[in-house]
Amino acid sequence: MPSVAFKQYSDDVSLLVLLLDTNPLFWSNTSITFSQFLSHVLAFLNAVLGLNQLNQVIVIATGYSSCDYIYDSSLTSNHGNFERSGTGMPPLFASLLKKLEDFVTKDEELSREEGHEDRTPSCLLSGSLSMALCYIQRVFRSGHLHPQPRILCLQGSPDGPEQYVAVMNSIFSAQRLMVPIDSCYIGVQNSAFLQQASYITGGVHHTPKQLDGLFQYLTTIFATDLHSRGFVQLPKPIGVDFRASCFCHKKTIDMGYICSVCLSIFCEHHKKCSTCGSVFGQSKLDEASSVSDKKRKAPHT
Amino acid sequence: MSNQRKRLTGEREDEDDEDAEGIGEWERAYVDDRSWEELQEDESGLLRPIDNSAIYHAQYRRRLRMLSAAAAGTRIQKGLIRYLYIVIDFSRAAAEMDFRPSRIAVMAKHVEAFIREFFDQNPLSQIGLVSIKNGVAHTLTDLGGSPETHIKALMGKLEALGDSSLQNALELVNEHLSQVPSYGHREVLILYSALCTCDPGDIMETIQKCKKSKLRCSVIGLSAEMFICKHLCQETGGLYSVAVDEVHLKDLLLEHAPPPPAIAEFAIANLIKMGFPQRAAEGSMAICSCHKEVKIGAGYMCPRCKARVCDLPTECTICGLTLVSSPHLARSYHHLFPIAPFDEVPAFSSLNDSRRTLGKSCFGCQQSLIGTGNKPGQCVTCRKCKHYFCLDCDIYIHESLHNCPGCESIHRPKSVSLMEE
Repeated sequence: MPSVAFKQYSDDVSLLVLLLDTNPLFWSNTSITFSQFLSHVLAFLNAVLGLNQLNQVIVIATGYSSCDYIYDSSLTSNHGNFERSGTGMPPLFASLLKKLEDFVTKDEELSREEGHEDRTPSCLLSGSLSMALCYIQRVFRSGHLHPQPRILCLQGSPDGPEQYVAVMNSIFSAQRLMVPIDSCYIGVQNSAFLQQASYITGGVHHTPKQLDGLFQYLTTIFATDLHSRGFVQLPKPIGVDFRASCFCHKKTIDMGYICSVCLSIFCEHHKKCSTCGSVFGQSKLDEASSVSDKKRKAPHT
Repeated sequence: MSNQRKRLTGEREDEDDEDAEGIGEWERAYVDDRSWEELQEDESGLLRPIDNSAIYHAQYRRRLRMLSAAAAGTRIQKGLIRYLYIVIDFSRAAAEMDFRPSRIAVMAKHVEAFIREFFDQNPLSQIGLVSIKNGVAHTLTDLGGSPETHIKALMGKLEALGDSSLQNALELVNEHLSQVPSYGHREVLILYSALCTCDPGDIMETIQKCKKSKLRCSVIGLSAEMFICKHLCQETGGLYSVAVDEVHLKDLLLEHAPPPPAIAEFAIANLIKMGFPQRAAEGSMAICSCHKEVKIGAGYMCPRCKARVCDLPTECTICGLTLVSSPHLARSYHHLFPIAPFDEVPAFSSLNDSRRTLGKSCFGCQQSLIGTGNKPGQCVTCRKCKHYFCLDCDIYIHESLHNCPGCESIHRPKSVSLMEE
């Protein structure tokens, strides 16, 4: 890649940060194997790099016990002479595959140390989202001329409820930086985190029905840069469920009670908050008086 | 001659704010620019380039250290549901032009930015605006949760007249805030430009009344420090600061955006009934209760009375239920679970070996941590996950992201999770 001293940036240059799910608990029972999936993804990355000479692609792997950077298309060390026998992959991605292999082995070692009970099937989405946002923040610091960044989350593992706060923090930070988070969910159940992420940040969420054609879904929906999205019809969000779930029974509720100190959600009236331990007083009286005050204030009958 | 020069440079004929004759437009930009004061000299008297990023980072770390010293390692309870009144002094002192173009314009601009930032960090809170003009306090807007109404009301009337009266403003705010539910934290932020206050009675009595009704008053002065403001803030537990220039004013204002540490007796803990409405189906038609018009499609339905509202968070106009969505609550969670500040890594070469094992680049953004000439550059490290981060990632993580990427990239078994959802 020639080093251009002064880059001419048109408005459709994009920086794509791909968060790849490598959770072995998910990939052990799916209809598509990981290597078939990888061939779709690598062809997609090639397509994105081919759309514009100045496009950049970063790949971060989301594992079960760790997350790491796998590939950065702006580094010139990618063009070594790697010999890969008989896989049919373009030599451009040889370093990506090698690093991915190292990452997966290391991830497996780390998860083996943990033990076999208590295996939640979720991957570390919050970790890779945070790393992606730090990288994008670095791109913003580099000056006025920079590609428009966006994040694409390719995930199949279900949501881990213990990551809720961290994932929401990342989503709000992405919203402030105006970075859309697209998500392509290839798992079985629905992922509420990814739906909310795409809705709040203005990205696209899609669940492909047939994983054999994953490459087609990726190139038609997720390869569009941010400027062209104004002219292209992309799948619209259908009814994102923003209802909360109560802390006591974990069921989704329409109406609930919120502790004014720690904002924990309960479905029925309690005497004491189980999260912060504050004792509640006089709540029924206050509620009745505030509602009746409002009725008195409204002048029309 | 001055008129001729002005016409040559193509300026307008009105000479409202420049009283020195013969200054062209390009020169006006340099009138207040004292850039020679920013130069520094090293030991031999030669000019040294200013390292802005290091100064910025040192400032940020000082601020963080003050905050964490106050918290002293324990989780401080914060007042998350706030009812804040902003009192702006529109007396004749506000027309002074020591802030460019005038104190009013600067105050209005920064209050607008503050209102947006406030609702971003405290989505369940409400703001009201009060102005002091001619010695009388007027309510510009009532307590409400929509930033647009407040900003429109503020920008509507920007004129400075008459005297300023602190007591009238405090009495008015006290009256409004006495109707607020008991679980909310009552606060006042006063932007005061005058150097005196012309009151109809004893202001000390008013201050005692405010203290008794648990109202936390903070003042930001624009001219000089006044005893009465300092006394007011000390009695009620608020913050008093005086701005020296525009940038300082903005920083002081934005300091009031995150929730202050709460004094336990000030607000009684309560269970507040709230509704989580679902989005109305596409294509459904209903009359919305906020605008009284027919709307199609997007909107939310109150779970108790089924009235339609346009956006959240809001209070249902029919039944009075507070309607929020779960992301609004989630915006405040980072105040409850803050991350610990990172430790600075001293730049001694003895640490080079340990750093080599963990890699020479920042864990967050992969930027190289090696400074000029192969010496280790400045970096910080997280106490829990022991990863290294560059200074810019440190600032970004603590001010905006509120997640440590290193700690989030470690798998924790179920039993150790901080919060149960």
